Amino acid sequence: MSNIQNSSRRRFIQGTAAGLVIGVHLPMLIGKGAIASPVTTSFDANAFIRIAKDNTVTVLIKHIEFGQGAFTGLATLVAEDLEADWSQMRAEHAPTDVTLYKNLAFGVQGTGGSTGLANSYLQMRRAGANAKRMLISAAAQKWQVDADSIEVSKGKVEHLPTGKQFTFGELVESASKLSLPTSEPALKPASEFTLIGTDVPKLDSEDKSKGQATYTLDLYQPNMLTAVVAHPPAFGATVASFDASQALKIDGVVDVKQIPSGVVVYAKNTHAAIKGRKALTVKWDEINAETRNSNTLHTLFSETVQKPGTSVVNKGDAASTLANASQTVEVELHFPYLAHAPMEPLDALMVYQGDSLTAWFGSQIPTMDQGAIAASVGLKPEKVTIHTQLAGGSFGRRSQPDAGFAVEAAMAAKAIGKGIPVKTMWTREDDIKGGRYRPMAVHRISAALDTSGNIKAWQHRIAVQSILKGTMFEGMMQNGIDPSSVEGVSDLQYEVANIDVSLHDMEVGVPVLWWRSVGHTHTAYAVETFIDMLLEKAERDPISGRIALLGDRPREKQVLELVAKMSADAGPVPKDRARGVAIVKSFGSYVAQIAEISQGDNNMPIVHQVWCAVDCGIAVNSNIVRAQIEGGMGYGLDAILHGEITLGDKGRIEQSNFHDYVTLRINEMPKMDIQIVKSDQAPSGVGEPGTPPIGPAVSNAWRRLTGQYVQTLPFSKGTQRT
Amino acid sequence: MAITLDINGSKKQVDVSDDTPLLWVLRDELQLTGTKFGCGMAQCGACTVHVNGTPQRSCVLPVEAAKNMQITTIEAINSDISQALQLAWQELDVPQCGYCQSGQIMSAVGVLTNHRKPSDEQIDNGMSGNLCRCASYGKIREAIHLAADKLAKSEA
Repeated sequence: MSNIQNSSRRRFIQGTAAGLVIGVHLPMLIGKGAIASPVTTSFDANAFIRIAKDNTVTVLIKHIEFGQGAFTGLATLVAEDLEADWSQMRAEHAPTDVTLYKNLAFGVQGTGGSTGLANSYLQMRRAGANAKRMLISAAAQKWQVDADSIEVSKGKVEHLPTGKQFTFGELVESASKLSLPTSEPALKPASEFTLIGTDVPKLDSEDKSKGQATYTLDLYQPNMLTAVVAHPPAFGATVASFDASQALKIDGVVDVKQIPSGVVVYAKNTHAAIKGRKALTVKWDEINAETRNSNTLHTLFSETVQKPGTSVVNKGDAASTLANASQTVEVELHFPYLAHAPMEPLDALMVYQGDSLTAWFGSQIPTMDQGAIAASVGLKPEKVTIHTQLAGGSFGRRSQPDAGFAVEAAMAAKAIGKGIPVKTMWTREDDIKGGRYRPMAVHRISAALDTSGNIKAWQHRIAVQSILKGTMFEGMMQNGIDPSSVEGVSDLQYEVANIDVSLHDMEVGVPVLWWRSVGHTHTAYAVETFIDMLLEKAERDPISGRIALLGDRPREKQVLELVAKMSADAGPVPKDRARGVAIVKSFGSYVAQIAEISQGDNNMPIVHQVWCAVDCGIAVNSNIVRAQIEGGMGYGLDAILHGEITLGDKGRIEQSNFHDYVTLRINEMPKMDIQIVKSDQAPSGVGEPGTPPIGPAVSNAWRRLTGQYVQTLPFSKGTQRT
Repeated sequence: MAITLDINGSKKQVDVSDDTPLLWVLRDELQLTGTKFGCGMAQCGACTVHVNGTPQRSCVLPVEAAKNMQITTIEAINSDISQALQLAWQELDVPQCGYCQSGQIMSAVGVLTNHRKPSDEQIDNGMSGNLCRCASYGKIREAIHLAADKLAKSEA
């Protein structure tokens, strides 16, 4: 262990016997013996790369890896400008440190909004470029040659005139003694990319194919207890009293404690904990509980949208245009609550030490989780250490503005006492019944048409619960409008002279949350099915009809034209099938999809094929882009076909597990062809944009095939109506 | 109670209540964590192991019933078929979050054991008990075909 002087703000390289560390990541390395030097906290760049003597380059990834490819994507950016060989690249989660690892799009350390790659694009490349400069300087010193005569390529540092070479690992010690370059590094031009834009193999595929990747649920510690929590049967209910006597008789159950969110059963193993919870008797106080059922709520929402809400957009005069129109068309669309249901239910391992707390879990917004945990157990945030773990999916679920689950796990760890590791886990039933759903929504859209079918006015009312209101993200609201309630409608992509968009902010006691693609989950369905129906009424082609209305939106038009060509190249529509199209811009990316369907059993569509064109700017790894777009499509298809959470008698959630919260299985997964538009624009998101278009594309195909416009989702309910 | 199990080719003694699902014995007692929990009611397939060579859901198999059976988990599969599948999974970068993939591979071994050259329909039939919320289904199909092709070539 060498001592590092961190007196200079510019000095960020820490030399150790084990390797060159660019930046700081102290917590993760304690115990591994790799570093024990003082923390530098004043640098906000280049805290991302660790080069080891064994020649591996480990990138500290500031975003959680939960399937979207953050490890591989960010490591690719570093490797590109570092000129590393892909085989030497590794990735691990960065520690919790908002100064070093904030999401440049949010200002806090966290993942979401499909921003991971986009906000990291230049930052990671600069980190790689700076590290390369350090290696060149070190080699120049060793060889006593001019730095300009040295080139780095594929993980080798070479003195061009003599052909002498160093590996990165051989330069670790000498590079670690150098100070940081102060000027901005030059980045490679796109024409010289060797990794960006290629399909480098993912860094985590091998472990994940061999059962060797470790998730939170796989963590075990000596004397660890497993905890499950009995939660209220209705949202807003609280514990009135409980009787744990039967639970405590179960072999393996150690203790039972009350915390704010319910009653915790602690056991020596998972089976005992789950059995113990079943044996609990809990009386609930439901005085403040949400007890309305889904039918009541749908009726209320529907009544509400008969009237205008708070104005969001008011262009021209939609009301009088509608009143005087030769023809008007109206629809009312109903969207249910949806659960995220990631494969790994929520879980966290935490140890409360009295004066500190250490947590291991799939923390999607570590800054927020750290603060909320600290507040809940009465510690300062810096006394809470979070080790972010791989997570088995999220789709929004692990990102709760109030850190509700992290707080529950912290309270459970604190309640049992100091020094006992507690793994709090949710069962699937906890997950399905646990709220934080995609909010229920009702849209009412009216259009005024002239005698040729031209759209003269578009009036759009939305009744939906706000996701942001009352949370720490409330500041993102604009003039009382939650943008995530109206995105996709407030910026309607079609040119209409008279537009009136208004919002009813519904107050319901069901906790809601962003769900893969957020507001676009319902707004895209509303806009893209309605426009398709209007174009059909006017006997216009769904592609050219859209293009005519898209105005100055070249990237939307481009993906639409491309997807049309893809489906045309596949041949004419087979007998008894139909195709439907949708184009949605979300999270900065443009995705057009065409779905080909037929009518299957139970009046449900069979989706045979999806063609998809994507413009996400520069595709850093097209293999990952395709996987995200395909996965996003599957996630959206799942929801529109089957997805529905309902509240029944006394507000009880009527679904509990995958037998009644039906999700997409392999036999329903269509074949999918994806083309990515070649682009030199900055990269934009791909985690969410694959989701919104599939619902309207399938719905439009269904309407063209059967004449039925499905206005109540999911299809399993909506196609049953007349 | 003490129970002796045949797991991954060796005898393991565990002291658990006899109604404990095999899944929790594997994970909590033996730290064989490649086998995942997803639903607890045989709906998602994340917990799939091989019982006497056949894919089964360990979350609903009481340990008592598993006593005289040969249990194989993802950590110990090593047949030509399983190796071909794991390589195909890597070659095509099938996993996204990866949480379901142990179960997917355990079921896929079953598909290729029954059908050396499976059709899409045979794959769908054999794999429809395994959920993937990332919807990596397209690549799963592709990887099973790839593994089947490579096995056929190596036998030819």
